[in-house]
This record gives sequence, structure tokens and C-alpha cells, in this order.
Amino acid sequence: MTAGQSAMMRPPSAALAVERIRADFPILKLRVNGNPLVFLDNAASSQMPQPVIDRWVKYQTSQHANIHRAVHTLSETATAEYEAARRKVQAFLNAKEEREIIFTSGTTDGINLVAHGYGRKFIGRDDEIILTTLEHHSNIVPWQMLAQEKGAKIRVVPVNDRGELLLDEYRTLFNSRTRLVGVTHVSNALGTINPVRDMIAIAHEHGVPVLVDGAQAAPHFKVDMQALDCDFYAFSGHKMCGPTGIGVLYGKAGWLEKMQPFKGGGDMILSVTFEKTTYNVIPYKFEAGTPPIAAAITLGAAIDYLIAIGMDGIAAHETDLLDYATDQVNRLPGVRIIGTAEKKAAVLSFVVDGVHPHDVGTLLNDEGVAIRTGHHCAQPVMQRFKVPATSRASFAFYNTMAEVDALVAAIRKVQKIFG
Amino acid sequence: MADSKQLYQEVILDHNRKPRNWGVLADASHKAEGHNPLCGDHISLTLKLSGDVVDAINVQGESCAICKASASMMTTVVKGRKRADAEQMIREFRDMATGKLDLGTQRHHLGRLAVFAGVRDLPTRVKCAILPWHTLHAALNSVASTSTEAEADPMHAPIGGA
Repeated sequence: MTAGQSAMMRPPSAALAVERIRADFPILKLRVNGNPLVFLDNAASSQMPQPVIDRWVKYQTSQHANIHRAVHTLSETATAEYEAARRKVQAFLNAKEEREIIFTSGTTDGINLVAHGYGRKFIGRDDEIILTTLEHHSNIVPWQMLAQEKGAKIRVVPVNDRGELLLDEYRTLFNSRTRLVGVTHVSNALGTINPVRDMIAIAHEHGVPVLVDGAQAAPHFKVDMQALDCDFYAFSGHKMCGPTGIGVLYGKAGWLEKMQPFKGGGDMILSVTFEKTTYNVIPYKFEAGTPPIAAAITLGAAIDYLIAIGMDGIAAHETDLLDYATDQVNRLPGVRIIGTAEKKAAVLSFVVDGVHPHDVGTLLNDEGVAIRTGHHCAQPVMQRFKVPATSRASFAFYNTMAEVDALVAAIRKVQKIFG
Repeated sequence: MADSKQLYQEVILDHNRKPRNWGVLADASHKAEGHNPLCGDHISLTLKLSGDVVDAINVQGESCAICKASASMMTTVVKGRKRADAEQMIREFRDMATGKLDLGTQRHHLGRLAVFAGVRDLPTRVKCAILPWHTLHAALNSVASTSTEAEADPMHAPIGGA
């Protein structure tokens, strides 16, 4: 098939005015190895549009001081902007109260906060934690560390050959010792969208709280804390057009109040003597030390940007991209897609017969196509599908159908080189 | 960053397709496992020393083309050589891959292994090329298992160190 034929088959991306959106992203104008950058590594980290970059610059040039402390003008401005960002996150998640929004350094930090704040207080010897095969290492390792410390056990929800969690098996894992369910909303390695709403309802029938890893969901479709009824939800700023070093943990106020602090330090206290410290109220109890103020405010601007485009339009466009990419890659002999769940976010994991993913990644880079290769910090997924690694293209709302064509053409070139 | 097609030359692709000395020696005197936890590459190396000569050497594993071809070509060049010569080549190969050895101006014994010189411009792939040599070094020194991430290992080549 020639590029021309491929282009004729390419459906229009009607959901978004993508070319206008792309103009907002300076980095998308880059050339790599003499080719236009085709950035398809969005599940690892996304790019930042100019209005969000500008917000960071505005803060540093005219609003910066430490927050929650001094009475001077700059400190008051910074505090007001930081707390305004918290309210933006609250609205974005449809959380009931702004004190349910804790700023963290990222998803990993949020999960560790729950492992310490909830886990070390409420999980003991012979208690059980339910995780799934699809978890990122960041939602496995903190629980293993806790289980080792406390003598608790980890039970794992299996998946079928399409990469979908087996809900019947999930139901059988509950017993009187189950203390927590940890589940990813979207698999970073396969793209599977898990039925977290049903899983949360099942857990709640057993009185068990649920932590959802939302790192791969929050950037791609509307997530609603009231509709999900989850107890904890963690995500990262840098995967949704925000900066690195900032993330969010949502927690139901009832749980957050019962939990112990994670880190000790300034700002998380009401009073300190050498005999006794009284902790601050939530969310400040969990925000020890000077937080990443600039990053939090810039995340607020990223949320404004996403909302202005519209989460429904973003989801629809990314579905179009995934459907087209799936169809095109399926037409390539010798290429197999790993993860074929009925409900998927815009992640396409694949293996090329006879070519190791690292060779695929290096040769795609020659064509300017940036993808991720490796185990994607999800080694249990690789073991389940009996592959050492995969190549992963992951899409954002600023990607185009033409970029899917560039990906497919580059894969053909790899196959040609390897004969 | 250089165009990696300079690296994916026919000789490397050929050794990737048909790796030489591929397998496990039943009567090995030395062996080691090599891992690159960053990408999951894994190789097993077995060799037989007669006196101080590498009499036989086999490699087997699961890895990318760069690692596999490097392993295959390594077996063909060290087989029949003295142990000290093999150690010399290990050092030279590592120095070439990390950009410390300039093949144009400095003396070396690498011969056709020079096809791997281009890896120096691909920092994330340096370890793929070095892993077999790293593992050979471990086997010759009776270290059962080695990793590209073993900080204390003298063969350690940090990413971006090129």
C-alpha cells in the first residue's frame, strides 16, 4: 500500500480543530533527525501548550513568595493562586470539598501517601490488599513494602487474553481480612479502561475502600469522583499538559481525617512543642514543607486549558486516533497488538516479529517518531502476555491521523531493514 | 544524535539473524548471567578455558539486535584467544562504545568490531552493546551474575556517559 492509498483511507478527525490546537504547542514544531517530530509517548509525559508555559512565567515574574505564612502582598497573592488551583482541581474531579484535594509530587507520591497514611494505620498482620495484574509498579511496590513490614498479603486480580480484568475472579478475592483495593483506571501498558465504578461498588459491599490510580485516565476523559464513589484517586500533572513535580491525591474527607500524616514538617502542624505536636487540618496535614507552588498553579492553568478544549472532545478525538491506528497496525503482517480490550484509552502496545522493541524504538526515532519501548514499569503485564517488552505508541489530543500514518510507515521501514 | 541506520549495518543484522556460537556449553569451566534491567535484555554465557586459552564459548538469551550481534561477534573473536587478550578487548570495546577510544587515532585490536563504534552516539543503547562483554568479564572472573546497573562493577557504563 502506498502512502497515497493510506491517506485516502484516513478518516477526518472531526472531533477537534487539531491544527489550531497544535499551534499552541511550541515543541511540536521541532524536527528530530531531519524529520518533523511525531510525539507518541504521551502516556509517559505530555507536552505543554504556550498558555500553560505563560502561567508559570507569570507566577515566577510577578507572584512568587512562600505561601500560608507571611502577611506581605506577594505571599498573599501566591497563597490565593495556590488555593485557587486547588479549587480548579476540585471542580475538574467533581470532588465535594476542596479540602479533599491534596497536592503531591505525582501519582507515585499520592499512592505512597495512602500506603503510609491509611495502610500503616489500618492494615496489619494477615490483612489483605487486592491489586490487579495491570498495575504500574508504582501501585505494586508501595503495597509490597507495607505488606512486608506488617505481615499482610497481596492478592491479584487476573486478566484475560485481551487484557481485561476478570470481575468474577475479583469478587472471590474478598474476605473478612480485605482492607484495601488498589486498581488502575487505565492500564499504562495496554490501554485497558478498567470497570472501576463496578469494582468500587463491589468493594464497598464488603466495606473496603478503593484507591484508583488515575495517571492514565485524568488526561484523557472526564473523571467524576461522585459518579465513581472512589475513596482515593491519584494522578500526575505532567501527563496532562502540566509540569513535572506536581500531582494530586483526592481522598474522601472522612478517610483523610482518620489517616496519619505521611511526611512531617512545616505547614502540616497547628502547634509544636518538644512534648507534643498537633497536626493541621486536611488537606494541610498532608502537605508538609513548602509545596511546589509554581507547579500547582501551572497545573491549574493546564486544567483550564483542557476544559476549554473540552474533555469530551479530547476523548472522542483520541478514540478516533486509536481506532485508526489499530486498524492500520492490524494490516501490517508480522505486527501483533498486545492489549485488545473492548474499552481502551489511546494506548497502542505492539510487537514486531523478529525485531526487539528497543531496535524498533531506535529506528523509529530516526524517522522522528517518539514512542516508548520496554516493560513500561509493568513487568507483571509483560509476564502475563509472555513478552519481554513491547513498543508503545500513546496518543494525546494534539496528535493527528497523519502522525498515525508516519508511525505505520516507520514500522514498515523497520521491517524492511530487518528483512 | 546520529542516524542509527549507520549502526544497523548488514553485518550486525546478519549476526542478529544467525547468531554464532549460540547455545549453552555442557562442559563449561566458567559461566555468568548478564542482565540489563532497564530494557529486560538477558544473556547466559558459558565458556571453557584450557590453560589460559578460551577454548569454547557460547551465548544464549533474549535481547535486542545490538546486544545479540555484539554477543555473537564477541564469541567469534575471543574464541581461541588468550584470557589476557580477551580482557584487553573487553576494555577496548567498552572504551569504544563509551567514546573514550578513538578508533581513528588510537591503537586497538577490535578489527571488525568497529561496526559498533556508532553506538557511542546513542546513549540509551550503549549498554545493549556492552552487556555481552560485561558478562564475559564476569565469567572470566567467576562472578555468577552481573547487571549493567551494578554500580560497583568496574565495567559500569552510565547512560549518557558516552
